[in-house]
Amino acid sequence: MTVAIVDCGGANLRSVQRAIELRDQKAIITRNKSDISKASFVILPGVGSAKSVMNSLESNELIEIIKNLTKPVLGICIGMHVLFDRSEEHDTKCMEIISGDIKKFDSMLNLKIPQMGWNKVSFLLENTKKLDNYYYFANSYYSQIYENTLASAEYGHPFAAAVQKDNFIGCQFHPEKSSSAGIEFLDYFLSIN
Amino acid sequence: MITKRIIPCLDVKDGKVVKGIQFKNHQVVGSILDLAEKYSNDGADELVFYDISASTKGSIVEKNWISKIADVVNIPFCVAGGIKSVEDARQILNLGADKISINTPAIDNPDLIYDLSNEFGSQCVVIGMDVKYIGDQAFIFAKTGSEKTSHSTNLNAKDWLIRVQELGAGEVVVNAMGNDGVKSGYSIELLNSLEDICSIPMIASGGAGGPRDFVNVFEKTNVDGTLAASIFHRNEYSIKEIKESLKANSINIRI
Repeated sequence: MTVAIVDCGGANLRSVQRAIELRDQKAIITRNKSDISKASFVILPGVGSAKSVMNSLESNELIEIIKNLTKPVLGICIGMHVLFDRSEEHDTKCMEIISGDIKKFDSMLNLKIPQMGWNKVSFLLENTKKLDNYYYFANSYYSQIYENTLASAEYGHPFAAAVQKDNFIGCQFHPEKSSSAGIEFLDYFLSIN
Repeated sequence: MITKRIIPCLDVKDGKVVKGIQFKNHQVVGSILDLAEKYSNDGADELVFYDISASTKGSIVEKNWISKIADVVNIPFCVAGGIKSVEDARQILNLGADKISINTPAIDNPDLIYDLSNEFGSQCVVIGMDVKYIGDQAFIFAKTGSEKTSHSTNLNAKDWLIRVQELGAGEVVVNAMGNDGVKSGYSIELLNSLEDICSIPMIASGGAGGPRDFVNVFEKTNVDGTLAASIFHRNEYSIKEIKESLKANSINIRI
């Protein structure tokens, strides 16, 4: 069983790889189509901007491949944003896998932007309740609570901490940086078949 | 809502963790990896590594320890010291650091803040502000890693804070130099004087001596986290003890 971590140009892929390896899974960092097709799981890690991630996926001709995947796919932070229709970040058209738009936190609400640190996450479904915990966030953009919300958290107002539509999961937090809570979340992802 | 952060700060010199008093008389307190792993297991919310040998000698940080830290901790960590360019920052982030913190190079070349934020996102870009009162004015100091090079700039702390935010900084660490290592508590006055012009996360640094200082700074200011070094390095208090004390005082923290 191999996990393909898609190299979208952002830094810090190694941390995601390391977190997967801690679960005794083989993880490769790749932008190769056949690696992605052959893998059992695919992760879109996310550091950078929605535009830079989309540009990278496009120039490597990966967008159609990812959209048509039927195996479990996890988008982390920006990797989650690009699953949606659009992001307000540089007004970027995304992959349109999950409906909804990504917005910027409103500075008029007296919020510090970016949101940076550990926030309490509540999972909405009975079988995921055990994942309720503190997770690490570092983001200026977020998804509202749409129908595909898997977990919610609060920053001035409720927002989607994780989303799921069919085999596509997105998390706004960084499981690879969220200590034991993050490992348990990755276990949840890796247990999907 | 987001929790307040407790952040052990590890000053690194020649590959070892050291601690001085008001930036002088550095003593070795332990190995980088042992302390990183210990603090991570003890419930630290984040770690900061300041390479204090790098910025004063004009060289980039010795980098091999960064990837080793990334292998032993799965909480975020920030690396500071001698980062002068986008390429320096890229190397450090690629080795596994989540953020980079800059101080003197940002003063010398403020556009670096814009370039780093544009390239990696503002959440990666932390500005370290070493601040000291001269009379009743708070000034920014540069090259503070060594007593010989440390000097005042003509930058007023407020003006500089406004400027770094405009340029795209994602977080600011406010270090009250007069309080560093002397355990007299965080500088409430300084932090409050900067709060109303700060729209990015602010971290207090300098002066933590015991649980009361942490409670005090979170009750009296709006800071998002606190940096502390000696009280953890010398095992005077554990991170868990500090957090329990904060929880008992109804401060929102991760336990």
